[in-house]
Amino acid sequence: MTPAPSPEVLQAPLVVEFPFTRSLGPVQSAFLTGLRERTVLGVRTTDGRVLMPPVEYDPVTADELSDLVEVAPTGTVTTWAWNPSPRRGQPLDTPFAWVLVRLDGADTALLHALDAPGPDAVRTGMRVRIRWAGERVGAITDIACFEPYDGAEGGEAVPHSGEFTDPVTGIVAPARLDYTYAPGRAQSRYLKALADRTTRGERCPSCRKVYVPPRGACPTCGVATDEQVEVGPRGTVTTFCIVNIKARNLDIEVPYVYAHIALDGAGLALHGRVGGIPYDQVRMGLRVEPVWSEDSRYPDHYRPTGEPDADYDTYKELL
Amino acid sequence: MREVAIVAFGQSDHRRDSAEVSEVEMLMPVLHEVLDAVGLRAGEIDFTCSGSSDYLAGRAFSFTMALDGVGAWPPISESHVEMDGAWALYEAWTRLLTGEAETALVYSYGKSSPGDLREVLTRQLDPYYVAPLWPDSVSLAALQAQALLDAEDAEDSGADERALAAVAARSRTAAEDNPHAQVTGSPPPEALLNEPYLVRPLRRHDCPPVGDGAAAVVLAAGDTARRLCRRPAWIRGMDHRTEAHSLGVRDLTRSPSTRLAAERAGAFEAPVDLAELHAPFTSQELILRRELGLGEGVRVNPSGGALAANPMMAAGLIRLGEAAAAIHRGAADRALAHATSGPCLQQNLVAVLEGDVL
Repeated sequence: MTPAPSPEVLQAPLVVEFPFTRSLGPVQSAFLTGLRERTVLGVRTTDGRVLMPPVEYDPVTADELSDLVEVAPTGTVTTWAWNPSPRRGQPLDTPFAWVLVRLDGADTALLHALDAPGPDAVRTGMRVRIRWAGERVGAITDIACFEPYDGAEGGEAVPHSGEFTDPVTGIVAPARLDYTYAPGRAQSRYLKALADRTTRGERCPSCRKVYVPPRGACPTCGVATDEQVEVGPRGTVTTFCIVNIKARNLDIEVPYVYAHIALDGAGLALHGRVGGIPYDQVRMGLRVEPVWSEDSRYPDHYRPTGEPDADYDTYKELL
Repeated sequence: MREVAIVAFGQSDHRRDSAEVSEVEMLMPVLHEVLDAVGLRAGEIDFTCSGSSDYLAGRAFSFTMALDGVGAWPPISESHVEMDGAWALYEAWTRLLTGEAETALVYSYGKSSPGDLREVLTRQLDPYYVAPLWPDSVSLAALQAQALLDAEDAEDSGADERALAAVAARSRTAAEDNPHAQVTGSPPPEALLNEPYLVRPLRRHDCPPVGDGAAAVVLAAGDTARRLCRRPAWIRGMDHRTEAHSLGVRDLTRSPSTRLAAERAGAFEAPVDLAELHAPFTSQELILRRELGLGEGVRVNPSGGALAANPMMAAGLIRLGEAAAAIHRGAADRALAHATSGPCLQQNLVAVLEGDVL
């Protein structure tokens, strides 16, 4: 066994981004539509408390809730935290306080941001009011933030029908997370070798099977694979399918053949497209070799070598 | 009720960045450590259960890759929870209680290094009212800490900034004896109070380190446990409870779910001599101590706790493992282990472990 040198770790940026589209139930729809109209709604529980922001089910009793009430846009800070360096997506881009605010007329508190000159200007119990966003769409961000307020206290919550023209029925909440993907030791070695147009597997010290691509562990024995083994470049089609659906952004004419290919010396088959032969002439046992397009870091496809087909017994364990 | 015990525990050396290894490469030495400790091979375990989160890796079904490390072929009986491994242990425990299995392997892991953890964790929040504001995990903990400092009974509970610093200093000093810890050693509390705030009222020492790590335990029932371990850590009771997801509904200075879980786990039936609390923020230890009624005589987090190493999805399982390991080596007779998940101690699990009288 040749212990492989510790490879330089591969890393690449990975962005996961998705515009989550969520539908709203009657309570959340009324609340968010209300924000668009500068009206703050809570919901009254069966035992008389006012939950704000409102929810459809009482977190204490699990009763279904629908008794909407309007509360004041003014309230009291119940706790706070000074955030000196705002992060992407947060309500303000200058230092601000996160606050839980109990609006006048409500019994529970809303999380939001408080625009204040500094931490010394913030305390639990301070009075604040909503600063509305200039453009409101029916989202929690229609509240731009809270701001200090020294006016009169709002009154009791008053009943509200929750009915608005053109109610908001859903929200789109874009989310983006940035990662640095590192594939680890085994896959880094595999990818680096592939860039040099060689395919490297790793042998399990216990069952001697050669895994390609290697992931660093033998899934049968549950032990680390470490011995480097060059496999291929030629291989055998063990099984295949004919693809008749054209994938978006994929410049391959249909029908084409997608196959399991056991590279010579490998203990299991990997996936690859088979080209250079009419799709209806691809068969189990066909001998193939990789075709690299220019500058490519992995084989574009596999083509027949012209050798006689492999005997079934030589690859039946790899199906 | 059938007796079930933790018979082996292992963990990785927790580090800020482990880019040179994949999840399974990080996990595998830990799996081998616990299996070797009980002399079993992967295929001889009856049930396997794991905890992890796709959001840390930024890849769907990332846990399936880790299955390579447990030898999932030929097929094994396996399950996964998308949260801390402490909850995977709970699932395995119930499986053993039913008599369907004699042994179980529980593992969990998390690599926070690929992403920005404070942003990643916003994705576990209410998606309508809270997540669109992107409140990061440290800020939410800071809201809880301020609530504790401002509470009417703050004086009674001893909650002031010096008390928070004392938790940090004690934990990280204790971690000097823990070879796996990510952060060890600390200036005295008074010196810590001169540090700037990270998110007021929390300073850096009030917050857990961000890092990568893995942990694993082996569970066994009855005589099998006695055969595999000289002094099994018997699970006398275990329970987990959750609270409302809306932070503004909860009294952030209390943790009724922890108290209830502890009561149902039998924690109050007799005093414990050791407690491993999963309190990633200093203020949370004060809250947990009060709910659990832990007196001065109880050794809390001799491992250093989550303030010394907090690998996401593994730190709770590590609390169970550290408590069990103390029993294994005779350093504790009756221990309490706690795990938390979610913002501001939203979900809490409590287990009571005991060793046989030697």
